[in-house]
Amino acid sequence: MQADILSGGFADPAIQSAHAFRSVMEAMARPGTVHDIHGATPPAPLSPAAGAVLLTLCDTDTPVHLAGDADCDAVRSWLAFHTGAPITGPAQCMFAVGTWEALGPLAAYPVGRSDYPDRSATLIVECTELQAEGATLTGPGIKDTAALSLPEVAAFQANSALFPLGLDFIFASGSRLAALPRTTQVT
Amino acid sequence: MTDYNFAYLDEQTKRMIRRAILKGLAIPGYQVPFASREMPMPYGWGTGGVQVSAAVLTPEDTFKVIDQGADDTTNAVSIRSFFERTAQVATTTATAEATVIQTRHRIPEAALTEGQILVYQVPIPEPLRFLEPRESETRKMHELEEYGLMHVKLYEDIARHGHIATSYAYPVKVEARYVMDPSPIPKFDNPKLGHMAAIQLFGAGREQRIYALPPYTQVVSLDFEDHPFEASKADHPCGMCGANDSYLDEVIIDDAGGRMFVCSDTDHCEARQAQGHRGKDAA
Repeated sequence: MQADILSGGFADPAIQSAHAFRSVMEAMARPGTVHDIHGATPPAPLSPAAGAVLLTLCDTDTPVHLAGDADCDAVRSWLAFHTGAPITGPAQCMFAVGTWEALGPLAAYPVGRSDYPDRSATLIVECTELQAEGATLTGPGIKDTAALSLPEVAAFQANSALFPLGLDFIFASGSRLAALPRTTQVT
Repeated sequence: MTDYNFAYLDEQTKRMIRRAILKGLAIPGYQVPFASREMPMPYGWGTGGVQVSAAVLTPEDTFKVIDQGADDTTNAVSIRSFFERTAQVATTTATAEATVIQTRHRIPEAALTEGQILVYQVPIPEPLRFLEPRESETRKMHELEEYGLMHVKLYEDIARHGHIATSYAYPVKVEARYVMDPSPIPKFDNPKLGHMAAIQLFGAGREQRIYALPPYTQVVSLDFEDHPFEASKADHPCGMCGANDSYLDEVIIDDAGGRMFVCSDTDHCEARQAQGHRGKDAA
């Protein structure tokens, strides 16, 4: 039990988090592209990709909301040991992680303020599969159109209508991830 | 140098910068506040760009630094050697070979590609700052999309000079929302900002702001219907390589008023000379 909590972090944090961040940044800059991300082996039900994103971006400055099954002792202890991030409810979080069903309703998360739209939550959505097919994406970062297997469409349309406010999404599946910023139009 | 963490900054600082970069990419043109650190170089020497580069570099990257287009000026040389020592990255002067390019006041002549990241050093990130000195007011103006003052400034240029005299740091509007300062690049470079294949990141160290343009983002230089934006350059060919389409520096070469025009992008100029192109001043 204790050993599980202490292991599974980056063995070489500076280098591995640099690689992990490049995957996250490429995904966020080019919505619909799917990237590999490695280095973390978090306890179930977190995917390695979600774990690597948390290790790369979270620390004591970033309240994290664990939604649904992700809110278990193993994940709480692992996150506390490796990042020190405080666990909060959805209203105060900067990052949230869980399945799409567990994360909802999206209205619970901060979308930023009109003078500080960056003060908004980033949701890490655990997906069973992640394919560059499905809903059609257009917007910044996309040359013509892109496609991504999204859990639904309406919620992302409502989110992009809030621009410049809104939530940003990272989709994690196994050791792969994709992202959808608020600017992306989904049809 | 193993006494420092990889890429100089500590991991908590890099996480903070990385979070700001991601929000910047999600809100193109919006200036994200970040807790800028003191760097081992003075403000005005690219502390913002260096912090952004430190947060994005991996050991496999090939790093290029340009200062006003040149690879061989003090600022470029010292930042390049800074990351050679603290991040052990390979460095290059060839634009096509670089994966991360830090730039002061130019966009390379060669078109950038999808695998590349362009990091700008920004002195004053707020395009409205010289019109309205109070941060509380400029923030409100961005919030309300109240950019009339910027158009008044450009109009006053026309009233006074007959044309828009702003020649560098020419304001742009990003995705029809935020007015953004492209850093003091010549307006010749403005058309390259939009629909660029590479990721563009902007770091202002003293002013503690990071902003970004994702690839293929719509960027429009502000103008008027009867005074459309015009990307201008000195009306000469390069004296060394003969290029007619590159941005030129004017160089005084004697005490009698003699001058020559040369490409500001040294890599572009040298590559052309290596291909056999010669200008009228080439030795």
